[in-house]
Amino acid sequence: MSSIANAGLKFFTVKEITGPLLLCESVTGVSYGEVVRVLTPTGDEQNGQVIDTSDKVTVIQVFEGTSGLNVDATAVRFTGETIKLPVSMDMLGRMFTGSGKPADGGPDIIPEDYLDVHAATINPYSRAHPSKFIQTGVSVIDGLNTLLLGQKLPLLSGTGLPHKLLASQIVRQAKVVGEEEGFTIVFAAMGITGDEVKFFRDDFLKMGAMSRVVMFVNLAEDPAIERILTPRLALTTAEYLAFEQNLNVLVILVDMTNYCEALREISAALREIPGRRGYPGYMYTDLATIYERAGIIRGQKGSVTQMPILTMPDDDVTHPIADLTSYITEGQIILDRGMAKRGIYPPINPLPCLSRLMDKGIGPNKTRGDHKQLSDQLYYAYSEGKIVQGTAMVSGEKALTNTDKLYLKFLERFEKEFISQSFDENRDIEETLNIGWSLLSILPETELTRIDPAIIKEYHPHYKQLSSG
Amino acid sequence: MSETTVGTVSRIAGSFVTAKHMTGSRMFELAKVGEAGIIGEIIRLEGDVAVIQAYEETEGLKLGEKVFGTGKPLSVELGPGLIGQIFDGVQRPLTVISDTFGPLIQRGVEAPALDRKKKWYFQPKMKKGIKAIGGDLLGIVQETPLVKHGIIVPPNVGGVVEDICSEGDYTIADPIAEIRTAEGVKRLFLMHTWPVRRPRPYKAMLPLTMPLLSGQRIIDSFFPVAKGGIAAITGGFGTGKTVVLQTLAIWIDADIVIYIGCGERGNEMADVLERFSKLKITRLDQPLMSRTIFVANVSNMPIVAREASIYTGITLAEYYRDMGYNVAVMADSTSRWAEALREISGRLEEMPGEEGYPAYLASRLAEFYARAGHVQSIGSEEREGSITVLAAISPPGGDFSEPVTTNTLRLAKVFWALDFALAHRRHFPAINWFMSYSEYLHMLEPWFTNVERDWQKLSEEARTLLKEEEELREIVALIGAEILGDKQRSIFEAAKMLKEYFLLQNAFHPVDSYCPIDKTYRMLRTLLKFYKKTKTAIDSGVSLTKILSLSVREELSRLKTIPSKEFNEANLELNREMDEQFEKLISEASGSEST
Ligand SMILES: Nc1ncnc2c1ncn2[C@@H]1O[C@H](COP(=O)(O)OP(=O)(O)OP(=O)(O)O)[C@@H](O)[C@H]1O
Ligand SMILES: [Mg+2]
Repeated sequence: MSSIANAGLKFFTVKEITGPLLLCESVTGVSYGEVVRVLTPTGDEQNGQVIDTSDKVTVIQVFEGTSGLNVDATAVRFTGETIKLPVSMDMLGRMFTGSGKPADGGPDIIPEDYLDVHAATINPYSRAHPSKFIQTGVSVIDGLNTLLLGQKLPLLSGTGLPHKLLASQIVRQAKVVGEEEGFTIVFAAMGITGDEVKFFRDDFLKMGAMSRVVMFVNLAEDPAIERILTPRLALTTAEYLAFEQNLNVLVILVDMTNYCEALREISAALREIPGRRGYPGYMYTDLATIYERAGIIRGQKGSVTQMPILTMPDDDVTHPIADLTSYITEGQIILDRGMAKRGIYPPINPLPCLSRLMDKGIGPNKTRGDHKQLSDQLYYAYSEGKIVQGTAMVSGEKALTNTDKLYLKFLERFEKEFISQSFDENRDIEETLNIGWSLLSILPETELTRIDPAIIKEYHPHYKQLSSG
Repeated sequence: MSETTVGTVSRIAGSFVTAKHMTGSRMFELAKVGEAGIIGEIIRLEGDVAVIQAYEETEGLKLGEKVFGTGKPLSVELGPGLIGQIFDGVQRPLTVISDTFGPLIQRGVEAPALDRKKKWYFQPKMKKGIKAIGGDLLGIVQETPLVKHGIIVPPNVGGVVEDICSEGDYTIADPIAEIRTAEGVKRLFLMHTWPVRRPRPYKAMLPLTMPLLSGQRIIDSFFPVAKGGIAAITGGFGTGKTVVLQTLAIWIDADIVIYIGCGERGNEMADVLERFSKLKITRLDQPLMSRTIFVANVSNMPIVAREASIYTGITLAEYYRDMGYNVAVMADSTSRWAEALREISGRLEEMPGEEGYPAYLASRLAEFYARAGHVQSIGSEEREGSITVLAAISPPGGDFSEPVTTNTLRLAKVFWALDFALAHRRHFPAINWFMSYSEYLHMLEPWFTNVERDWQKLSEEARTLLKEEEELREIVALIGAEILGDKQRSIFEAAKMLKEYFLLQNAFHPVDSYCPIDKTYRMLRTLLKFYKKTKTAIDSGVSLTKILSLSVREELSRLKTIPSKEFNEANLELNREMDEQFEKLISEASGSEST
């Protein structure tokens, strides 16, 4: 083992390369998490990070991947630094690679600060609980699974489902009612195609919003290990914009499945004992260090709202990536293949969806006094409709009572009129709730047991007609 | 802290640090690592090499940095000032840390768990010259309006009291008594420390005879938990574990509540802290925080502190139990604790058992749950206290056959099984009435029967009704609803009413979130009476449609939102109306028959 004071200047040789990892001899003074420069056989410099170090060996994860490296002609240099991201307001409007280098031909930014990409945990006691309603203009979200400022709400999707369309609709339409300033967007792409990135970028351009967007892009053909870094760079940027520049930031992370695959790859190279379905046992904790970086700090103006997007292998919600994500995030919006096939957009079956923070951001002075109960009743009616539909499928219409038939009618119209809307239809919350009422009026009033009589009297179309007529 | 051994860092991998030259160290001793003074616990010793799990991030720590042993295991401070606090998994006060160091928890921040400067009014209850043993009362401090804090002789101390201070204001650092022990004179303070991994002793385990009432109808009537018992609440994401535990933390009839947020969400903790700081215990008209302690180690805090958090929490509980209190401990979620255990075990390269969990998962769970119970406390005086543990389990994929669930269910006597299907249709609490159980029903029967004679019978009737409905549903799915007569249809209707009007309980409704036990009982009785009357009426030739359009039916649906003060009267009135309306229907039916 060598020992030198200024390891930063000296190069060390590599002993072994395994998967995305370099193993090299150890040096006194190497620190855990330290940034390492890797000098490739072609003379390029790449970046790595120490993920295990002992007297015998130091393990380095190379963000650009190890292809093209070999044991003889590769050398490493320790920098003594942990990973920091230079940040400034000039990042707005810019596009960076997945490891934070300019990717739009523009110059390096002139940093106002260097921030540790592994942010310290927000003290739970210092958090302010989210309570502001974000109107996305999408009924099934606003009405039934309301998104709040500072929430983390993922879109769980499947390959070929229109999550891009939905995400871009949300980005375009999202606004905090009563606030002038719109969202600042931090967009992180992990392992998606150039076309997909272009789709989003064109959309931002069309919105004229590019000056409020920061993009970090790791494409499908880019090194997989870089994906470990990309969301952390995006979130560091978001925190800077939110907590130092007082902006409301919406972070889009797409596709978290690719992130998890990279995590699995490193774990396999380290020969760790795998957890469920081959993913590392610490994936919950690791994902938490990403998703928990959302919220609002008491006494501060800005906020970080997160919308991670992931494609579920086999559309399986119990797959570890979707499962652990939903165990950490504050709800989930799930895209449904069956509905997509039936031509419904957005194809969201509300039943398995959830916004855990919803109750705090709706009601009088926020949305409307009937919102919560209306939403509960719509949920009940829709799930009742589904049960009736199941019965009808097995034993035919003859098995249905009169009320059953009304629920069936409700179900059909609910999907057609409430859930369905077009890609550029921006419904305000009043409209969303009113559609809900007009559909509930299909059912006998005695069925509306989840709504207080006073609220029924105030909002039910039946009484409205009476009072106006 | 007396810093003894000095070793050097020889490996760093995540929060696991290996140090050599650690001769003289002991297992579970705390160590301070490196210049940053990162605190960790020694979890393996081989020769003079120690593996230390750090409670904080190790980024930037260098090979060759120094390691100091402290000679002490991870311990908590026990004394006045605990109630109302929010600690992290190793008892750092998050309020103080936020006020002193800002909103982010930076590495190396330190603050004592208990305020050193605050004065407490101490009233002595002990006399000089008395031979005292562990658990004996030295005096009393009124910690909060609700908690008379018994200052007791620490469990491992005993001897003749040589000195005791007079009534007055003291800080936790002021000596208040001296005891001559076998090892010499020992000074005692308002505070003492206790290692979290060692259960505090008690004199005897006592049988469980009292329910811990929750104010939740499905729990109190179908699946009650006993004071001193263990309940597991299990369910996939979003099925309502946290809401149930939080609701119980508000309403449960315990003296002290310890809420452990173990590896869960930061916003959720913020929510519960905010809500609790505003709420009152209505029956006592005192702030909720005056009986509550939080241990909050959220998911992105170091996992090692997460692993420690449940021990920190249960040790605090034992301390108040020793004073004679009934303590409820909520742990959300024990699955995150088990995952921390798995990760630690993986780093130690131990042989993995089922799903990668260490083979000792079962024994660790058993050791933890053994700290629950209804006990006779230590001390010369007769005192009883209890610890009830209510633990959330978050099974991967919502599949109950995984190791944490199965191993816990061997120990827990109450199982609240949460159901995706119910949660998806927003039926909360989503406790599945077929899968859940309480093995305490039998033990608690005398208590319930004392309150209401036919308690048991009603509860059984209700559950039978749900069973019948389920069976009937299966038949209908096969052959259709056409063949059903009114009698059978009435089973559907009655079951639906039971679910909607009784089992469904909105945790966020100002009235409905808490249902006192007598209201629960009366609601159930009224609902079942409606069902009975329905059957009789059908037998007398009344059509079900007519029965369902009775105005009392609608009133039944509103029973739960009637405030408890007005409830009895409203319920009596409703029963009266019900009698009348049914009588009328029956007489009409028999009238039309005779013509
Ligand atoms: N008793 C209840 N009354 C009303 N709403 C409820 C109730 N229980 C749960 N909910 C609703 O369900 C949502 C999810 O509940 P909760 O957060 O308790 O789930 P969980 O089981 O703890 O999930 P996770 O394991 O992901 O933490 C809540 O945000 C709330 O909207
Ligand atoms: Mg929870």
